[in-house]
Amino acid sequence: MSLIYRLASRNLLHDRLRFIATVIGIVFSVVLVTVQLGLYLGFGRIVTTMIDHASADLWIMPRGTKCFEDPSTLDERTRFQALSIDGVTQAAPVVIGYADWRLPAGGTFPVFIVASDLREGGLLPWNLVEGSVEALAIPGAVAVDRSYFDRLGINGIGANAEIRGQKVEVRAVTNGIRSFTTTPYVFTTLDRGRAFTGTPANKVTYFLVRVSPGADVESVRRRLAANLSDVDVLTSAEFRDRSRSFWLFGTGAGFALFAGALLGMIVGTVIVAQTLYSSTKDHINEFATLRAIGCSRLYIHKVIVCQALISAVLGFCFAAGVGLLVVAATADTALPVVMTPALTVVLFALTLLMCVISAVAAIVQVTRIDPVMVFTR
Amino acid sequence: MTEPVVEAIDIVKWLGKGAAQVQALKGISLALRGGELTLLMGPSGSGKTTLLSILGCMLTPTGGTVRMRGRLTEGAGPEELAKLRREHVGFVFQSYHLFPTLTATDNVRLALDVRGENSARAIAKSKDALAMVGLAGKVNAFPLELSGGEQQRVAIARAIVGEPSAVLADEPTASLDGESGNAIMTLLAEIARDSSRGVLVVAHDPRILRFADRVVHIEDGCIIREERGDAALKKDQGECAAHDHDDKPDRVEN
Repeated sequence: MSLIYRLASRNLLHDRLRFIATVIGIVFSVVLVTVQLGLYLGFGRIVTTMIDHASADLWIMPRGTKCFEDPSTLDERTRFQALSIDGVTQAAPVVIGYADWRLPAGGTFPVFIVASDLREGGLLPWNLVEGSVEALAIPGAVAVDRSYFDRLGINGIGANAEIRGQKVEVRAVTNGIRSFTTTPYVFTTLDRGRAFTGTPANKVTYFLVRVSPGADVESVRRRLAANLSDVDVLTSAEFRDRSRSFWLFGTGAGFALFAGALLGMIVGTVIVAQTLYSSTKDHINEFATLRAIGCSRLYIHKVIVCQALISAVLGFCFAAGVGLLVVAATADTALPVVMTPALTVVLFALTLLMCVISAVAAIVQVTRIDPVMVFTR
Repeated sequence: MTEPVVEAIDIVKWLGKGAAQVQALKGISLALRGGELTLLMGPSGSGKTTLLSILGCMLTPTGGTVRMRGRLTEGAGPEELAKLRREHVGFVFQSYHLFPTLTATDNVRLALDVRGENSARAIAKSKDALAMVGLAGKVNAFPLELSGGEQQRVAIARAIVGEPSAVLADEPTASLDGESGNAIMTLLAEIARDSSRGVLVVAHDPRILRFADRVVHIEDGCIIREERGDAALKKDQGECAAHDHDDKPDRVEN
C-alpha cells in the first residue's frame, strides 16, 4: 500500500469525530447539490412532456411562442398552406388553453386543455390505464390523469363535471401525465377544446406536421418557414429547447436551482477546507519532519490531496445512497428529482473537485513550513 | 586525507529581523569527513543547531559556502535543497519525530518513499535497517509501543536506510537515560565506521566524549577549539578529578 495513502487515511482517522463530521458535511452538501441538479433535470423533462409525446416532426406555431403552454393562436388557413408544401403529409391541429373545471361539490379548479383531432392524432393522451382514446369521441368525453382525481373531485371513469358550462364525463384515465404547474391536463377533441378554452372555430394553437417518408425534415422546415407568414416552424428538439429555456431561465427557476447547487458546493468546500486545514495544523510537526528528511512539496501536497479524495469518495458514497432515497421518494410527485448516470458522474466529479479545492488552504499552509522547526519542537 | 562529505566554509548566519537580529554564526568553517564521528559541543545559544541546519541544507547561510559531496549549494532553491537532504543527509532529532500512526517499518520506509523507491524493496531495506539497530523483533510496533531508546533507534534506522553521506544528530541522547544514551551513541559510532559516511552529533553531555573521533567546541557563533576525541576525554576526566578534589569539604577542626 502506498505510504501516501496510509499517511493520509491515518491523518484523517486520527481524529475520528472530526472525520465523521466532515463526511456528514460532504453528504449534506452533495445531497443538496443532487437535489438541486436533479430538480433541474426533472423540471427540464416535465416542462417538455407534451412535446416529447407529440407525434410530430415539425411544429408550426404563432411567431414568438415561448413555450408549449403559450396560448397564442394561428389561423386555420395556415394548415392548408402547410399541406401544400412539398414533403408535408399531415398538419394535425392542436388547441390548448386554460379553463375552469367546476367541481361536483361546488367551486372551480383550473385545468389545462389539450385538444386534438382524433382522426389526425397530434397530441392524444398516453399511458391510458382505463378507457380508450376512441372513447373521447363520445359527446362530452375527456381524459384526465388519476393523480388529479382528488383535486378534480372525481373518482374515476364515468365521473361527471362541468367545463365552461358544458357537461363533461371522464371516459379515459391516464397514469403519470403530470403538470409542473399543478394544473391538471384535460385531453379532449378539437371542437370541445375550442369550446372549453373559448378559442374561435377557425383558430388553433399548433399544427403538428409529419413529413413524408424519406423527406428531409430540415428542408421541409425551411420551405414551411419561407412560405408561411407570422409563424415559427420548429423541430421537436428546437421547441423542447425553447420551452425548457423559457421555463428554466426566462422565469428564473433554473437560476434558483443552480444557485442552490452552487450554495451546496460552497458549503461543502468550506466544511472540507476547515477540516483539512485543522488536520494539517495538528500534523504540522509530521509535515515538517517530512520536509526535513528531504521530502518534496509535491509529496506533501499528494498526502493532503489524498486526504481530500478519501473524504470525497466516502462522502459521495453515503450521499449517493441518500440521493437514491430522495429520487425514489419524489418519483411520483409533480416535480420529481431525476438522477441519470451522467448526473451521477457529474456529481462525483463535482465532489472530487470540491474536496480538492478545499485542500488549497492546507496546501498553502504546508508550503510555508520551515523544516528547521523540527529542532525547536 | 579523505574528501569531506560535507563542508562549511566561512559560514555567517544572521537570524531574526530588525532590532531583534542576531549573528548566530560568525565565519565558521567545518568539514565532516567519512569514517569520523564529530561531536559539536557548546552552551545553549552558541550556534550548534544553526550550524547543523546549514550543514544539513535546511538553512541557507547569510554568507560563506556549503559543499555537499563536492557540490556547492549556493543559489539552490528549497526543492533542490530538499533533494540534497533526501539523497545525502540522514537526520536524528532529540525528540525522535516519528510518525505515531505508522509502524516502525513504515517510519523507516518514509525516507525511501520520499525518494520514490519501489515499495517492496523499500520495505525490505527498512526491515534490514531496523535489524541493524537491534529492532528486528519490533518492525510492526507503533512508536507509542516502544521505549524512548527504541524510538531513537527507529529514528536512526530512518536516518541511515537511504545510505546518506552524512548523519546529523541533534542532541540524540538528551531525552534518554544514561544507559539508553550510551547504546544510541555506540550505534552512531558504529555507523561512523563506514568510511563513506560522516556523523556529526550536537551535544551538551560530556559523558559521550568517549565516542567522538573529533570534538569541536563552539561558543557565541565561533569555533573556539577543535581537538581529537581522546584528548578531549582526557582533559574532561582531568577536569572532573580536579573538580571532585575541589568539592571535598574542608576538615573542620574543633
